[in-house]
Amino acid sequence: MKENVVIIGGGIAGMEAAGQLLSLGYNPIIVEQQDHLGGHVAQWHRLFPDMIPAQELVQKLGESIAEANVFLETRVNFVNRLSDGWNVMLSNGINIVCRAILVASGFTLFDASRKEEYGYGVYDHVITNADLEAWLNGSADRRVPFRPESMGFVHCVGSRDMKAGNTQCSKVCCTTAIKQAIEMKERFPDSNVYCFYMDLRLFGKKYEDFYINAQKQWGVQFIRGRVSEVSETMEGRLQVKAEDTLSGRPVKVQLDLLVLMSGMVCNEHSSRMAGMMGLDIDSDGFIRSRDNEYHIVESNRPGVFYAGTCTGTKTVPETVCEARSAALAIHNYLKGR
Amino acid sequence: MIYEGKKKIWSDYQKEIPDDHWYYVRSCIRQNFFPASERMFTEITRGVLGRDIYETPHHTTCGGIAYHCDTIPQETAMTIVARQFALMTEAGYENYAPSCITSFGNYAEILETWREYPELEAKIREDLWKACRREFKKPKCLAHSSDLIYHWRDEIAAKARFRLVDRETGDALRIVEHIGCHYAKMFPSKGVGGAEYPYVLAGMIESWGGQVVDYPERRHCCGYGFRQYHVKANRGYCVGNTVKKFESMEPYHPDAIITNCPGCPYFLDRWQYVMAEQTGRTYGSDGFGIPVLTYEELAGLVLGYDPWDLGLQLHQVAVEPLLDKMGIKYDPQAKYLGVDRENLMRPQLPEHLKCF
Amino acid sequence: MDFGFGINRSSTIDLTKTDNGLFRRVCSEEPGARTCMACGSCSATCMASDLSGMSIRKVLLAMQRGQDIRHMLSKCMLCGKCTMVCPRGINTRRLVLTICRLYD
Repeated sequence: MKENVVIIGGGIAGMEAAGQLLSLGYNPIIVEQQDHLGGHVAQWHRLFPDMIPAQELVQKLGESIAEANVFLETRVNFVNRLSDGWNVMLSNGINIVCRAILVASGFTLFDASRKEEYGYGVYDHVITNADLEAWLNGSADRRVPFRPESMGFVHCVGSRDMKAGNTQCSKVCCTTAIKQAIEMKERFPDSNVYCFYMDLRLFGKKYEDFYINAQKQWGVQFIRGRVSEVSETMEGRLQVKAEDTLSGRPVKVQLDLLVLMSGMVCNEHSSRMAGMMGLDIDSDGFIRSRDNEYHIVESNRPGVFYAGTCTGTKTVPETVCEARSAALAIHNYLKGR
Repeated sequence: MIYEGKKKIWSDYQKEIPDDHWYYVRSCIRQNFFPASERMFTEITRGVLGRDIYETPHHTTCGGIAYHCDTIPQETAMTIVARQFALMTEAGYENYAPSCITSFGNYAEILETWREYPELEAKIREDLWKACRREFKKPKCLAHSSDLIYHWRDEIAAKARFRLVDRETGDALRIVEHIGCHYAKMFPSKGVGGAEYPYVLAGMIESWGGQVVDYPERRHCCGYGFRQYHVKANRGYCVGNTVKKFESMEPYHPDAIITNCPGCPYFLDRWQYVMAEQTGRTYGSDGFGIPVLTYEELAGLVLGYDPWDLGLQLHQVAVEPLLDKMGIKYDPQAKYLGVDRENLMRPQLPEHLKCF
Repeated sequence: MDFGFGINRSSTIDLTKTDNGLFRRVCSEEPGARTCMACGSCSATCMASDLSGMSIRKVLLAMQRGQDIRHMLSKCMLCGKCTMVCPRGINTRRLVLTICRLYD
């Protein structure tokens, strides 16, 4: 009889960990709230820096966990501490006793409508990074004009923002904005594309090449300043105001489409999970790892492990690596090492 | 524009407004600028709507102008405000309604400061006791007087004799709503509809049959900004901001502007003359300006009061085109006759801005 | 009517109405010009900058904002030191000559 490991969350972290645990000889059980696996990545179009289709990754991970137990549209109702493990009660009535739980509950996309000055949900042509990915994936969106002459990307929406209660950098949005700017230039080569940024944080492998490419090949215009307010003109275009910190003067520009780079925030599900299992919350609102240097996948509770963005903002490769690391940590824990 | 999206934000920023028993305090400057507005507030709320609105002659300035002009320290402003609260407490009221936006902002700021620094509140209580042997309770509810008219807007609509509709075409009049900066920009949760998409005046316009003009510079300051105007060398900056607003709203051909601040209607009205004299530019149709009204004046018009009893002859911009559109009858000969038909004398007319 | 004060003009750069044609022409010949990240190395090492206000970074920015740059360009001594230090490898010396050629 293979030993159960409950994985809370069926995004790429949960999937990758499940695949690894299967090959290590365990019985991983994925509990996912949504009706599909793959989380946010399943809705994404292409992944930087090599622009592979996101679907391809999700499909590969799906194949690796064909043997795993997956409960979709299922929530964790309650978790009890037993003398040498945990009892997990699911919303479908199933109880699972296990010695190890992997929390891979991911993040929530910052609700862009909270930045009221940008008018998400109020103006006709303001969308988020996730909306644009869905559009790039082929779903219709009337907010994206048929032939935009000018468009803008607003970096750091709900990230590095005291007012929104999120001081952390969401890490992936700079590169995502540049990726999406290029994708839009590919579709609309004659359009003006502006990126409004505070700092460009292109730390990962080949991200800088992306930036150079956006500048050199695509002529994306980078304006160093945070957008202050958006309004709608008589013609239904967007008037965007910012400070061009480099000119030291205010700028305004009329655009046909504005894309808000919504950041990552800790999801409500993670907080609930943390409450039930007695897990610590870090100062950035995410679940707290035992420490942030060496024991990233480990928690303050016995048998509870983490993978992916439930402990902070992460890229896809970081998340996948962490999931593998967590699988190994669980294996060592269960073997008493 | 997605109207449902705005409605969602409006529903997030609704405040509890008690239906009756208000302690009402007037503004330092409104009675000079728009003499009938505050009288109209009491007349409408007491006479037409039958509410209990209490006033006392012992009320003074709240110190807001001096505070925002950087000429008195905040503790002084706080002690002045503490005295106003003492007067309210002595009169047996709990709901405080200032007519001035800067006062409203000043009260909100002070109450918020006391909430965060209770030791400061204790010190002010002590200062007030030493200064004039008074004690006070903080108001249970603080609302601007435009919040009250907003709260009773549908009652007013039910008694209205005129609507914000063009009598000839049947079209809703296009009304610009301009909110005073101190209303909600400092504390968005204190304003009806919040700071980005305030609903307080938009709600009145909608209720009385008009159509709200949403133009790109809607959030911009009227230009007054205390230190801009009060220092003569800065007045170019003051009127420059007003130009920005008018250039932005003109393409929508607004029929009128309504405001809820003492300064805004004054500057939006008077600067139209200054802009016309300096640049020859007017923003209404046929050489007229865009009429600027306070919300009390607009409520008065809707309820059928005589425009000259509302003091509209003291506006720089001619209001007659608006009255004609609404189908309001008026006597052009009586425009410059005051109480008991006293002759107020005809003003000299400007060169560029068309007036009567 | 003399009020003793005028009407201040807005200082906003209206990008919708800005002519950045020169910048685009320059970039078609010197695509490297687009890769400037405004790090300021050029101005920091420039011989003329300290005295005259010449700055390649500011020239590139001013062109994109449709502003006049002649006063800055005429101060360049073409020494090439900025080319040496540019982290993005922009041939700034050739860039200055290209801009001068395309300006009229």
